[in-house]
Amino acid sequence: MAQTAKAKIGSARNRTFMAILIPVLVIFVLFNTIPLITGFFYSFTDSKGYGSFSIVGIQNYIDLFTDTRVLNSYLFTFKVAVVATILTNVISLTLAIGLSSKIKFKSALRGVYFVPRILGGLVVGYVFSYFFTYILPALTGTASMLASTEWAWVAIVVVLVWQACAQTTIIYITGLSSVPEDVYEAGALDGATGWDKFRYITFPLIMPSITTNMVLVMKDMLMVFDQIVSMTSGGPAQSTESISYLIYQNGLNNSQFGFQCANAVIFFILIAVVSILQTKFLNSKEEQL
Amino acid sequence: MAKAKVKERVNWPVTILLIVGLITIVFPLYMAVVIAFKDPSEMTNDIAGILSLPSTWSLDNFIEAMRVTDFFRSFMNSLIITVAAVVVSILVHSLAAYAIGRNMDRKKIFKVSYYFIIAGMYVPFAILMMPLVKQTAVMHLDNMVGVMVLYVVFYMPMNMMLYTGYLRNVPVALEEAARVDGASTWTTYWKIIFPLMKPMHATVAVITGLAVWNDVMTPLVIMGGSGVNTLPLAQMNFQTAFATNYNLAFASYLLAMLPMIIFYIVAQKQIIGGVTNGAVK
Repeated sequence: MAQTAKAKIGSARNRTFMAILIPVLVIFVLFNTIPLITGFFYSFTDSKGYGSFSIVGIQNYIDLFTDTRVLNSYLFTFKVAVVATILTNVISLTLAIGLSSKIKFKSALRGVYFVPRILGGLVVGYVFSYFFTYILPALTGTASMLASTEWAWVAIVVVLVWQACAQTTIIYITGLSSVPEDVYEAGALDGATGWDKFRYITFPLIMPSITTNMVLVMKDMLMVFDQIVSMTSGGPAQSTESISYLIYQNGLNNSQFGFQCANAVIFFILIAVVSILQTKFLNSKEEQL
Repeated sequence: MAKAKVKERVNWPVTILLIVGLITIVFPLYMAVVIAFKDPSEMTNDIAGILSLPSTWSLDNFIEAMRVTDFFRSFMNSLIITVAAVVVSILVHSLAAYAIGRNMDRKKIFKVSYYFIIAGMYVPFAILMMPLVKQTAVMHLDNMVGVMVLYVVFYMPMNMMLYTGYLRNVPVALEEAARVDGASTWTTYWKIIFPLMKPMHATVAVITGLAVWNDVMTPLVIMGGSGVNTLPLAQMNFQTAFATNYNLAFASYLLAMLPMIIFYIVAQKQIIGGVTNGAVK
């Protein structure tokens, strides 16, 4: 008797859980899995995004590797992502060490250095685009970086780093604060100071934060879009087209729907592989206390 | 007693370096403010003319910018989408995480569902974007409701991970006690578990809210042609139409940044805490 009552409650509980799980899964599949599969399907067609289309097999994928505009967008995106990720992490770690030392106005300083994180990439891009077009050339007497196919990517990196440092710094501050004081004291007894202290004590112990930051920043940078829209629109001469921007521009506005779906599939695989590899590689360097 | 410990010495060189470094943060904002308050006639071609303080602090540019970008409507649209996405995310994602988290060690379907949803983190919007444009149009969701629904789906993997992680530290004994008292699973959740997850709700609200408020791509592709703007979309349209009047443009940029800056001043601790939690967990 008691057992059946218990079983009844148990099954009511299970029903509730299933009643929660199923609708959530349905919505997720409908707006994530299905578009993913549809995109995959379209990558094998010559669809323009409207009208009729036919299946072309792997032709789009073959064409991707010979399309200079696509190849350039990959080169550009990776160049920007790698440089910006390294710069962001170096600057942020330096800032975080400064902001974690015995300084005056600590919380005010931390508060202001965090401000770029809350601002939208688009508007920040517009503000910086003015800076690079009018202020910087007037200061240095050179032409605008944004008008140069050689230098425009540097301007993009500057804006990306400016914004990304905010969050990265805060994560490093948290990481630094979790290093116990007695580890430093023990290190000091062994004569570790300055650079050695950082290299052999701090650095290995904040490896988890470095992993987190490298992966987070790299992923964000690879998907860069807003700053491209507001600063260069991919120009000059298509020299600053990021992968996302090219997919948006040609897939939705220039009738390359099927072709850009193939591009997006490759991009998706790349993002997944980079994130997994980075986590694996950096995790192997973590120290346990 | 209180003064027994010698106060540690302030590291002034580092303090000063950090204050000098603030120029990099403050300068772009200073530039935006002085240009936004100036009359176009004050803008001479040299830097001094651009960067000097305005001779009179006039709000004319702001009033004009509000008119041409239809500021209040875009602001309201952004606010509605953000608040709706955040509230629905907190309710749905926490509930889903509860159902999954409490069962994934006992039942395979919940475990599979968990990894299935989490894997969504590796899917960039770029690949979903093109099919979604078609799909939302067919479903008549190429509007604010559709954009809101998409956000709830896009942030599900991340939030699911945060909530299930948090739930591991909420003892099951609490629920069992309620169950013995005859409360249903549903009631137990809303009465006991949901309030316990308050710190995680704050984190989810901050990271989802910031991302949604500042997002450009989703509204751009889903409802770009509809004439309904969010704040970032209004900036984009403004840029294509009136970009040559920089004083007006900067007033408009400042207006777009202002709501978030005010919010940050009010809730700085929660925002920094939320962003850190969301990234580190």
